Amino acid sequence: MKAASVRKQGWWALAALTISALLLLGLMISLAVSIGEIAIPLATTAEAVSNRLFGTQFELSRIHQGIVWDYRLSRALVAASAGASLSLCGAVLQALLRNPLAEPYVLGISAGASTGAVCVMILGLGYGVLGLSSGAFIGAVIAFLLVGFLATGAGGTGERIILCGVAGSQLFTALTSYIVTTSANAEQARGILFWLLGSLSGVRWPDVYLSVPIALTGFVICMAHVRALDAFAFGTDAAASLGIAVRRVQILLSGLTAAMTASVVSMVGSIGFVGLVIPHAARFLVGPGHRRLLPATALGGAIYMVGADIVSRIIIPQQVLPIGVVTALFGAPAFAVILYRVRRSA
Amino acid sequence: MSITIDAVSFAAGDTVIVNGVSLTVAKGKVLGLLGPNGSGKSSLLRLICRLRKVRSGVIRLGDDDIASLSRAALARRIAFVEQQSTTETQLTVRDVVRLGRTPHRGMLAPFGAEDDAAVEEALLRVDMQARAGQLWQTLSGGERQRVHIARSLAQAPGELLLDEPTNHLDIQHQLDILRLISKLGITCIVALHDLNLAAMFCDSLAVLQKGEVVAAGAPEEVLTEDMIGRVFGVRAHVQKSAVHGRHHIQYVLD
Repeated sequence: MKAASVRKQGWWALAALTISALLLLGLMISLAVSIGEIAIPLATTAEAVSNRLFGTQFELSRIHQGIVWDYRLSRALVAASAGASLSLCGAVLQALLRNPLAEPYVLGISAGASTGAVCVMILGLGYGVLGLSSGAFIGAVIAFLLVGFLATGAGGTGERIILCGVAGSQLFTALTSYIVTTSANAEQARGILFWLLGSLSGVRWPDVYLSVPIALTGFVICMAHVRALDAFAFGTDAAASLGIAVRRVQILLSGLTAAMTASVVSMVGSIGFVGLVIPHAARFLVGPGHRRLLPATALGGAIYMVGADIVSRIIIPQQVLPIGVVTALFGAPAFAVILYRVRRSA
Repeated sequence: MSITIDAVSFAAGDTVIVNGVSLTVAKGKVLGLLGPNGSGKSSLLRLICRLRKVRSGVIRLGDDDIASLSRAALARRIAFVEQQSTTETQLTVRDVVRLGRTPHRGMLAPFGAEDDAAVEEALLRVDMQARAGQLWQTLSGGERQRVHIARSLAQAPGELLLDEPTNHLDIQHQLDILRLISKLGITCIVALHDLNLAAMFCDSLAVLQKGEVVAAGAPEEVLTEDMIGRVFGVRAHVQKSAVHGRHHIQYVLD
């Protein structure tokens, strides 16, 4: 009975936490839409959204209506779903590979994406049919398949998979550098650098229609495997002896995280830090059980990324900082504080 | 349920690791698996819970061929305690024991009253109930092994496999763990190194050498001076203990 009542309390706390996180996310998105070079009051934002969603007829300037709907809202929604996807991938890979340093790019995906991007951007591969995003996506998938192939050949244990990822990443990074140094002019090189650090500037509604369903589908599939992810704590043999179909879960979830990460990277560049650190921060908050960890991680990642986007737009007047710079610049010290406090309380 | 191993072989690449092993353990009895390092004890245990696939032969739990059971169905029947398995994840003792309920739960089913009861019962049986909230990383080797056993009991298995569960433990904890295992009333196969402990706690013994069974039967039939000399290359003096009535082995240095 005692365990049952503790559990009930736990569920209430969890429900309260989830609702507050969702509210916070809503607030952050509203702020992200209101804040910018042209400040728009929250009420106007709400009216503009309501005009588009519910067909209300609030009187608004067409500029405000346009900024809210066409630029900032789509941008905030893509930021939220990219943050959720990357953090979720990080949490899943940390469990699958049993390595706290695992993150979405550990399997060579961002390196492959950058190679794909420079192939399109600088070498002009794809004959004008492939855009930067498709190039990056194809590069990411090729890199992942190569790393997966190497890892299977090397025995497929956590450590070896990571080593294969390192090898793959190095190879593709070198390829990118080779192409950039031999073929790019200064302007192109700068463009590549910015793209690598992540940017939400070009994001519009079609990106929302892609990134939000990807994040939600990925979340649902990962949530269906929370028991398996928990069971990996003591390694693959322990998971198998607990009834988990280890091979199937490994292939499914690594493929899923690769697809999610590749699509995020091809849309907004390789934004670092979020996928590595948000899962750890969430673990401090709700513990290591994946049934709680995954929702907390996804929401945390979404909130963090929207916040980082706001900061990236306002910190330097008249200029947008690459969002990857912000996620790390503000996240690293915050993470250090969390680590320090956890150590002190332990 | 009983465990029947019938002419089982296993190889990694070209190296034969388990070669034509046949053994049976009656329901509720404890079989001790002995043999030098690399004799195939761990591999045989892994074959029985299908963590590795047999090259040939059949393994049955009761009347069921393990090859015919799904991974989850098998995990509801048989539990495995690995040698020294650990984690970096910040889990409590209760979290670890709860993992044992994994094969009994649906994909999204929350933890039910039955699961809670099984976890509490398992914690009680290994005497770790008072420390259920403690973190795994703070436990000693003996405590970790007891928690692993509790996790396997929460799995509610009919058969339990343990790979050198007393390794690296002090003598008090070795005796504790083996007494616990011998009183579980579950069909057990336990790989052991200590011949005296095997004699004290096992209902029957099997000795592996280079992947083959070279002796099997009651402890007093198996633990002979001749067998110890042949298999382990050690001269020994075996006599019935005046203290516990089981065979006792003293090693003789040349």
